[in-house]
Amino acid sequence: MQLVMSEEQQLLAKTARDLVREQAPVARLRSLREDPVGYDPALYRRMAELGWMSLPIPERDGGLGLGLADVICVTEALGRGLASEPYLSSFLCGQLLARAGNEEQKSAYLAPLMAGEAELALAYAERGQRFDWQRSATHANATADGFELSGEKQQVLGATRANAFIVVARTSNARAQAGDLSLFVVPRGIAGVSVTRQWRIDAAPVARLLLSKVRVPRVALLGTESEAEPLLADTLDRATVALSAEMLGAMSEAFERTLAYLKERVQFGVAIGSFQALKHRAARLYIEIELTRSAVLAAARTFDAGAPGAAALASVAKARASDAFLLIANEAVQMHGGVGMTDEHDIGFFLKRARACEMTFGDAAFHRDRFAKLSSF
Amino acid sequence: MTFRDEIRAWLEEHAPQGLYGKSREAGAQIWGGKQEQRSADQEAWLRAAVERGFTAPTWPKEYGGGGLSQQEAQALASEIEQLGLPPPLTGFGLSMIGPTLLHFGGEEQKREHLPRITRGEIRWCQGYSEPNAGSDLASLQCSARDAGDHYVINGQKTWTSYGDKSDWMFVLVRTDPAAKKQQGITFLLVDLASPGVSIRPIGLISGASPFCESFFEDVKVPKQNVVSEVNQGWTVAKALLGHEREMIAAVFGSGRGATRGESVVATAKQYSQAERITDPLLRDRTAALLMDEKCFELTVQRIADNARAGRRPGPESSILKIYGTELNQRRQELLCSLRGPESLGWQGEGFPDEALQQTRDWLRSRGNTIEGGTSEIQLNIIAKRVLELPD
Repeated sequence: MQLVMSEEQQLLAKTARDLVREQAPVARLRSLREDPVGYDPALYRRMAELGWMSLPIPERDGGLGLGLADVICVTEALGRGLASEPYLSSFLCGQLLARAGNEEQKSAYLAPLMAGEAELALAYAERGQRFDWQRSATHANATADGFELSGEKQQVLGATRANAFIVVARTSNARAQAGDLSLFVVPRGIAGVSVTRQWRIDAAPVARLLLSKVRVPRVALLGTESEAEPLLADTLDRATVALSAEMLGAMSEAFERTLAYLKERVQFGVAIGSFQALKHRAARLYIEIELTRSAVLAAARTFDAGAPGAAALASVAKARASDAFLLIANEAVQMHGGVGMTDEHDIGFFLKRARACEMTFGDAAFHRDRFAKLSSF
Repeated sequence: MTFRDEIRAWLEEHAPQGLYGKSREAGAQIWGGKQEQRSADQEAWLRAAVERGFTAPTWPKEYGGGGLSQQEAQALASEIEQLGLPPPLTGFGLSMIGPTLLHFGGEEQKREHLPRITRGEIRWCQGYSEPNAGSDLASLQCSARDAGDHYVINGQKTWTSYGDKSDWMFVLVRTDPAAKKQQGITFLLVDLASPGVSIRPIGLISGASPFCESFFEDVKVPKQNVVSEVNQGWTVAKALLGHEREMIAAVFGSGRGATRGESVVATAKQYSQAERITDPLLRDRTAALLMDEKCFELTVQRIADNARAGRRPGPESSILKIYGTELNQRRQELLCSLRGPESLGWQGEGFPDEALQQTRDWLRSRGNTIEGGTSEIQLNIIAKRVLELPD
């Protein structure tokens, strides 16, 4: 396994970075944070046209048949602009549809998802469960011709505009055990579904999904009944690596902005970057970024190679990215001084995103605990 | 017959069976020099290698080297390593002063010193640091006064690794006290048998150590022992520090992480007396350490992969030095925490041998972030050369 980007990946990364620079500057968040949708549907569509949604989908399903090592080129670039477009939702739902969907589900949802015509959102997290999505309380009771779903999902990424949701629900009676989770594709408009925008510190396009006796036909079931957990766990692990790359891009951007500020801000007659108290801290942040980059790249390559230890590496990458991004965002605000505290300055957006990313797919402590379990200690 | 086949045949004939698999044992390394007591096997191994120039495989044959390409030398080293043999010769003659003389030395100096290094006759040590010149090496004060056909040295050097076991020292001395500090320095070769030299070992917080301090009192050194030009020693010194940094980076970047990782978990389970680490905080620290070691190992690999792909060379070795040494300190501290009061043993009966050793390792690890350029100096290097922050 080589930890070097290929020529093609460098080109993809550059294309993505250019698009983000032109169409998704960080300052865009000022208007998006008051927008009911929370992102730019035209830009999302453009991303699909560039083939980004198709990257990790097998060729037999009409995708490009590439891997996580390519996906992270895109997410790292999106991170640089703190882009709100729910690319991760398309990744998660695309993976689940490609791996578990039947032909009808693929043609109804996967093809339009890749084309940018349909947007799907994965509804898995619930209130009060922290990172334990396996404790899902949403349930699906069998009916004569399908299922009836009830429950409440929180902070569903991309739900502000999604046409349909992939809902995680429990299919046996309320046994509070893992192993009986199922996936359902639920269209937005049907009776009993209500979507309420949630306003988060990072202006992410998230919403609460309320399911009240929602009746779906049997064909809404995605994959095998009661056996969704391993598939979902693996898919979330892959998304965790993609998110870690997004965090890598965001922390790199925050760091570079801070570095530029250290060189231009003059106090006591000199650039503040000449002070050793700041130099050493900046050098430490640089080391953190380099370590994160290695972990993210290795995790992606390991998943793509189908090699053992991929889940543990996903935890290594996410724990490292969570700690590093928060440290860098905190230091970025501190090194900007008073202006770093103001809403007028963009650097604060990085701090808010750092916290949001940390709380997505498990924080550093969660992943250290998981790594210990996976390593049997 | 390929080069590797040739090497294998040669090893089979000449490498003493008694040394197979011994490379990691204490006393297995062959350092050379007049004081060294070598076993019969070590002597035979050294002689055989000297015969072929394999103690310094890439050096020119005329100076006792093997005249091999880098690739051939790597093949030789890997065949030796696979048999678990120690290298036929090791030390600062081969790794530091030899390459420096090859680049900066005069023809006579090369002919005099290089063959004696390759034959293992002379062991070298480094005289750089002084009590008042540590991180600020260029402020060194050890002086060499011009006395016609020779210099007279007065002063003190410290942190002279293996000084008490060496025969010659390469020394930085001040030859022009009036010049700006980097410009009045000369690189000198000193025979430690000269009258006026005295050397004594330095005890560390961890116990005995290879470090020494060296005193020079009116020591006469012939002028032909100047390497490069008088007052040009700083240039030579910096080039040599490059070799040293490569060596340190190789040590911390050698990817020993995987095997080292096992022992922390094993120790943790042993002291938890359970299959899981029962204390949640110790468990978290163990996981954090192993995960960070993994990140480090991957970074070492990524830097090497990128270098092979011809991308981004640079001061990355500073990252490896800082982070690698800190990881080792964290590992040692964690092992002490896991052992509890059993980590307090200094020597003698009543403590497990491995606990005694590990406690010494913990104390010794404190030096890792000081020797070979402190972490603070490494951070300065990153701030200046990578981040381009202003002075």
